[in-house]
Amino acid sequence: MLLARLSQDEVTGRFVGRAHWHPLEVLFWVGAFATIWLFPGKHLILTEIAWLALFALSLDLILGYAGIVSLGHAAFFGFGAYTAALLAKHEIVNEPALALVVAGLAASALGFVSSFLVLRGTDLTRIMVTLGVAFVLREIANQNGWLTGGADGLQGVTMQPILGLYRFDMFGHNGYVYCLVVLFILFLLARRIVNSPFGLSLQSIKNNPLRAAAIGVNVNARLIAIYTIAAGYAGIAGGLLAQTQAFASLAYFDFERSADLLLVLVIGGAGYLYGGLIGAIVFKFMHDYLAVLTPQYWPFWIGLLLVVLVLVGRERITSWTAPFRRLADRLDWRRARPPGASAEGRQR
Amino acid sequence: MTIVLETRNLEKRFGGIIATGNVSLSIEKGARHALIGPNGAGKTTIINLLTGVLPPTSGTILLEDKDITGLSTHARVRLGLARTFQINQLFPDLSPLQTLGLAVSERLGYGHDWWRVTGSKPAVMAEVVDLLERFHLGDVMEDPTAQLPYGKQRLLEIAVAIACRPRVLLLDEPAAGVPEGEREDILAAVAALPSDVTVLLIEHDMDLVFSFADRISVLVNGRLFVEGRPEEVAQDPRVKAVYLGEEAHA
Repeated sequence: MLLARLSQDEVTGRFVGRAHWHPLEVLFWVGAFATIWLFPGKHLILTEIAWLALFALSLDLILGYAGIVSLGHAAFFGFGAYTAALLAKHEIVNEPALALVVAGLAASALGFVSSFLVLRGTDLTRIMVTLGVAFVLREIANQNGWLTGGADGLQGVTMQPILGLYRFDMFGHNGYVYCLVVLFILFLLARRIVNSPFGLSLQSIKNNPLRAAAIGVNVNARLIAIYTIAAGYAGIAGGLLAQTQAFASLAYFDFERSADLLLVLVIGGAGYLYGGLIGAIVFKFMHDYLAVLTPQYWPFWIGLLLVVLVLVGRERITSWTAPFRRLADRLDWRRARPPGASAEGRQR
Repeated sequence: MTIVLETRNLEKRFGGIIATGNVSLSIEKGARHALIGPNGAGKTTIINLLTGVLPPTSGTILLEDKDITGLSTHARVRLGLARTFQINQLFPDLSPLQTLGLAVSERLGYGHDWWRVTGSKPAVMAEVVDLLERFHLGDVMEDPTAQLPYGKQRLLEIAVAIACRPRVLLLDEPAAGVPEGEREDILAAVAALPSDVTVLLIEHDMDLVFSFADRISVLVNGRLFVEGRPEEVAQDPRVKAVYLGEEAHA
C-alpha cells in the first residue's frame, strides 16, 4: 500500500474542522453587535437589514442547501407579518418575543402544508408553484378586509414592550437590538443544522437526489423538513418587520419582495449562510445611497450589478477571493494544514 | 443454499414495449451472479426495478423472503439492497469524506440528526477512515468529487454503495469508461468485496464477467434466455449465437 495509514483523529479533525468558527465569522458578528453602539443614528436602516438578512437566510436554507428554487418566499414572510400584527392588535399575545415565536410556528405550518407542492417537478414547476402560493395568500388577505384591513393594510397595531421591559422607541434602538438578537439566535441554529448529517443530506439531495435516495436518504421527508423550517424563518423575519413598524400590508406578499430576496441571495452568494447576510447589507446600502445619488436610476444600478454577477458567475468570484480566503485560513490555526496539500477541498 | 434476492414473473412495459418480460431470477446468498446481455436487453431496467427507481407493471420482488415490490428506494437501502451506477451518480460538490460520512451516518440512523456536527461520532469516522483506505481515496478525501480523476470517481461510486453495508450489492458496469491505467484498482476493488455480500454484476466486459462470476444469467430482449455456471453459459450454442458469437468475432 502506497498510502500512509490515515489516522482517525486527523480525518475526524478535517471533517469536524469545517464546523469550527472561523476568525472572520467571529469578526463579522462582533462587528454586527458593535453597530449597536457605533451607529445609533443608523438603527432604522440597520433594522431593515437585520430582518432582510433573516429572510435571505431562510431562502438560503432551501435554495443554497436543498436546491429548492422559490419565487414566492414572501408568502411565509407576509403570513408571519400578519400573524404577529394581528396577535398584537387584538391583544392575543402581548409580549412581542412570544408573539414572534407564534408567528414563526404559524408560517412553519403553512410551509409544511405547501411543501408537498414543491416535492416533485423541475425548477420551473417549483417557481410557478411558489409564485402561485404567494399570489393566493395575497388575494386571501386582500379579500378579507375585516381581518387584515385589505388594501389599506393592518392599522392600529400597538406594540407592548419586549419581554415587558424594552419599549419600541421611535428611533428604533430597542427594535434593532431585538432584531439583531433574533437574527443571531436563528443564525446559530441554522449553522448547527447545515453542519449536521441532516444538513449534509440536504446538500446531497441538491447535488443528486437519485443517489441520495440510493444511500438511504428519505429525500421527500428531508425536503419537507427544511421547507417547513425555512418557512418559519421567513415568518419570523416578516414578524420582525410587522412588530418594528407596528403595521402589516399586502405589499409584504408581493412578487417584488420575493424577487428582491432572490437578488439579495445572488449578490451575497448562496450555500454558505453568510451570503444572505452580506447580500442584505449590500442591497440595503446600495438602495440607500444610490437612491440618494440618483433617485430615478436606482433600479438601473441593481440591474447592472445583477447582469454582471450572472455573466461573471459566482465561481469566478469565488476564485477572485481565493487569495483572501487562503490568507484567512492561514490566520486560523485550527485549519493549519501540511504544506503542499490542496487548499481547495474544504473551501466552500 | 438460501435465496436472498428473488424476482417472480417481473414485468415492465413502456407503452407497447416490453422492457422486462416475465423475469424470474433467484440469487443465492454470497453468490457472484452476473447478468449479461447485448445492448438494449433490459439489464439496467431490471436494476431500476430491483432498486425501486421504476415500479414494475406486474410481478414481485423478494429480499430475504420479504416482499419489497412496493417499497421506496431508500427503504430498500435500509433493508440491505444497495447499488452502484453505470454512469457515476455522485455528489459533485461534496468531497469523498463528506459523501462517505453521510452514507455511513444515514445507515447508522444519524441522518435525522440536525444538531450534532457530521463526523463527531467515532463509530461513523472509524468506518469512513476504513473505506477511504480500502478504496484508495485518502489522498483526495477533501477534494470536491467533481474534480477527482474518473477512476477515483468509479472507486468512490463503489465505496458509497459499500458504506451502506449491503447484503445484496448491484454493480452496474463498475469498470465502464475507466481508462486502462486506472482499471486495475477497480477490478481489485470488485474482487475484494466482502464474501458475505451477495453481488449481482451487470457487465459488458466478458473478461470481468468470466473471472468474477460463479453464475451467469443471459438476458435477451427483456427475457431470461439462459442461466447457468460460467462454463455452461460459455458453451451454450444459443448464447454463442446471439451474444458471445458477436464478441468472438469482434
